[in-house]
Amino acid sequence: MKSTKRMLAAAILAVAAVIYLLPLYWMITGSFKIQSDTMKVPPEFFPRNPTLANYRALLFGGMPAFRWLFNSIVISAAIAFGSVVTSAMAGYGFAKKNFPGRNWLFWLMLLTMTMPLQIRLIPLFSMVRQFNWSNTYMGAVFPHLAYPFGVFLVRQFSHTIPNDLLDAARVDGASEIGTFTSIVMPLLKPALAAVAIFSFIQGWNDYMWQLIVLNQNRMLTLPLGVAKLVTSASGYDLGLAMAGATFAFLPMLVVFIIFQRYFVQGITMGAVKG
Amino acid sequence: MPLIRSIVKGRWGYFFIGPAYVLFTIFTIYPLFEGIRLSFYDAGLKMRTWVGFENYARLLTDSAFRRAFLNTLHFVVIIVPVILVLSLLFAVLIFGLNYVLQSIFRAAFYLPSVASGVVLVAVWLWIYNPTYGLLNYLTGLVGLPRIAWLGDARWALPALSVVVISWALGRPIILFIAGLNGISREVYEAAMIDGASSWQQFIRITLPLLTPTTVFVLVTQTIGVFQTFVVVQLLTRGGPAYATQTIVYSIYVTAFQFLQFGYAAAMGGVLLVVSGSIALFQLRLMRADIEY
Repeated sequence: MKSTKRMLAAAILAVAAVIYLLPLYWMITGSFKIQSDTMKVPPEFFPRNPTLANYRALLFGGMPAFRWLFNSIVISAAIAFGSVVTSAMAGYGFAKKNFPGRNWLFWLMLLTMTMPLQIRLIPLFSMVRQFNWSNTYMGAVFPHLAYPFGVFLVRQFSHTIPNDLLDAARVDGASEIGTFTSIVMPLLKPALAAVAIFSFIQGWNDYMWQLIVLNQNRMLTLPLGVAKLVTSASGYDLGLAMAGATFAFLPMLVVFIIFQRYFVQGITMGAVKG
Repeated sequence: MPLIRSIVKGRWGYFFIGPAYVLFTIFTIYPLFEGIRLSFYDAGLKMRTWVGFENYARLLTDSAFRRAFLNTLHFVVIIVPVILVLSLLFAVLIFGLNYVLQSIFRAAFYLPSVASGVVLVAVWLWIYNPTYGLLNYLTGLVGLPRIAWLGDARWALPALSVVVISWALGRPIILFIAGLNGISREVYEAAMIDGASSWQQFIRITLPLLTPTTVFVLVTQTIGVFQTFVVVQLLTRGGPAYATQTIVYSIYVTAFQFLQFGYAAAMGGVLLVVSGSIALFQLRLMRADIEY
């Protein structure tokens, strides 16, 4: 009785998962189809004449796809690194230090966490123009370096660090900075891993801001490049667009497979306890 | 002065929050206030004239913006309940499985969330194509007529909603599974002794005890839907005939295509009020949880 129920559940989930993953399957198989096959009716569920032509066109056809990849990596990595440093320090400060204004400064930060970027879009845009940051990494990275969700996550996690430990370090004459780097940071590792991953993904998928700051072909990131393939005026080449989309998806797939554990941890850490 | 003394005493606190807070002030607080100020100006790339509440007055009579506002709510009303029901259903089903199957299904449903929105939008553009798209082929198999999913004002908004749902289930499923893990076995055992059916257990025990998770998912997903941009920009550009225009997309077009910065900032002001109320609501939830 119990096991038939389980099998039924697994069967329902399997069907749902197949439907849910169908777009990704369609994208990957589509990237191996030649242009005429992508428009076939009935469609080919498995490419009958698989070809690498789309990837050849994407990677070696004069499109700076590798440059786009490089830009995406640099921007996302810089955002992740900066977010980890600022979130680690601020989360620890908010959790373990006493200072006037601590509470309202923290809540002010949290309050803006949920606000859409579009509200501050125009002033940010003017600012970036004034700094001459259009089409630079700085312009794409800096607005993301204060990461309220990361601060929140680290603050929550810092509560698990026993005060006695910090007091003991102080008694032993450790400096504030020494305590932070050699005692606190290692203990915060799981939270910092989650901050690194989420801010990296946020940087990678930050389409709207990048759309506004970056418009020179060589400064585009992968999502912007893919969007360009999809919306190209000459009518778009489906196979090529799917190759671009797959190429943009692969790095995230790798990150996800390697760090899966931290994804689950980070998501549940950041939520209200159920 | 005791305040000064405690500020000096707390100097290391300011030191640690310093980097984050300086960046936060420059790139979040300042633009936020500047955006509000700008909404009282008639402003373009160079010039800027004070107009008081004129932009807001114009918004009230702007039927395209009213449409965008209602569309945004429409998106929330379609997308959020579907996400809630599906993710809860899948979470409950996954929860009953063994460890290996749990991990596989959890990963399978999370996978689309790690893909950039642009990536999935590129595929959906193909799937929705009226002549050679996969969807019309599949619906054709059961004898339904061809539909221009993105070109038909009746279908465009639901079609975009499906795209959003197609990458949004992963996170809520993980949250619900975590929530289910937090419910003690003993409660169910007691209910079984009292002869409660599985359905009764679900309604009387599981659902009420999952309320904090449900509310969290509800709020975060609502906020997420409010920020929906890429599907609109790449699939329909707000059309056909404003059928999929949203607040966020209106701001983008008004500012960066029509260069009416002041008017776009006023739209931002409306968005601020709406999302600010949601944020306050969420803050109250978090506060209830954090200050134990």
